[in-house]
Amino acid sequence: MSTADTPKRSMRTPLGRVRNLGAAHSGTSDFWRQRLTAVAMVLLMIPVIVVIMMLLGRNQAYAKQILGSLPIAIIMVLFIIASAWHMKIGMQVVIEDYVHNEKLKLASIMLNNFFSIAVALASIYAILQLSSGV
Amino acid sequence: MQVYRWTLTMALSIVHRATGIALYVGTLLLAWWLIAAASGPAAYSHVQAFTGSIIGRLIMFGYTWALMHHMLSGIRHFVWDLGYGFKANEREALTWGALIGGIVLTVLIWIIAYAIGGGR
Repeated sequence: MSTADTPKRSMRTPLGRVRNLGAAHSGTSDFWRQRLTAVAMVLLMIPVIVVIMMLLGRNQAYAKQILGSLPIAIIMVLFIIASAWHMKIGMQVVIEDYVHNEKLKLASIMLNNFFSIAVALASIYAILQLSSGV
Repeated sequence: MQVYRWTLTMALSIVHRATGIALYVGTLLLAWWLIAAASGPAAYSHVQAFTGSIIGRLIMFGYTWALMHHMLSGIRHFVWDLGYGFKANEREALTWGALIGGIVLTVLIWIIAYAIGGGR
């Protein structure tokens, strides 16, 4: 479905087009964040792979030293934030597509938020602990 | 629905979701690894015992593929979001590129991993 061949037959109102909003008025924010976090992860992918490669088969002391160093800790935290955000949005889209019972859908979306936030916080906390040497 | 042909782009759209869901669950492994590293040598050796086992390696190999495939397949979606690549041959090329590229990158990463890690 090319947008290029149907610009003049758009169903969107001129005002809607000017404000760049869809029917939900704020419906494009998750779409944008999904792409934003995707691009962030593509940029971070090589550094993250390098870090993991450095730690292959090494012991905990070495892992602590590497993961706790400031630039690497920042890279890992950024990657975790981008991943958790991206997967939270992605899973919500999947839930909204396949779960049609309203209560079950709300519960699933809530669980999805809890899971994503818990994984992100646990991982970030671990990295901060490695960095501060507590 | 017998009237339309099942196309590669349709199949890969499902694979994009499936790999996304697998990666979602797999973040538990990432969190486990980081928490273990923060906890100490004993906890870390449990993770290494798992990732070093045959099952662990298979899961990690699958995870690598899911990540690489999802990334390339996602870049393909990004190209479409920008309004390019909708011609039949372009669609096919992007889809085959994601499919083959994902496998190639996965094998490449594992060759490098074994080369530098010596399969430790």
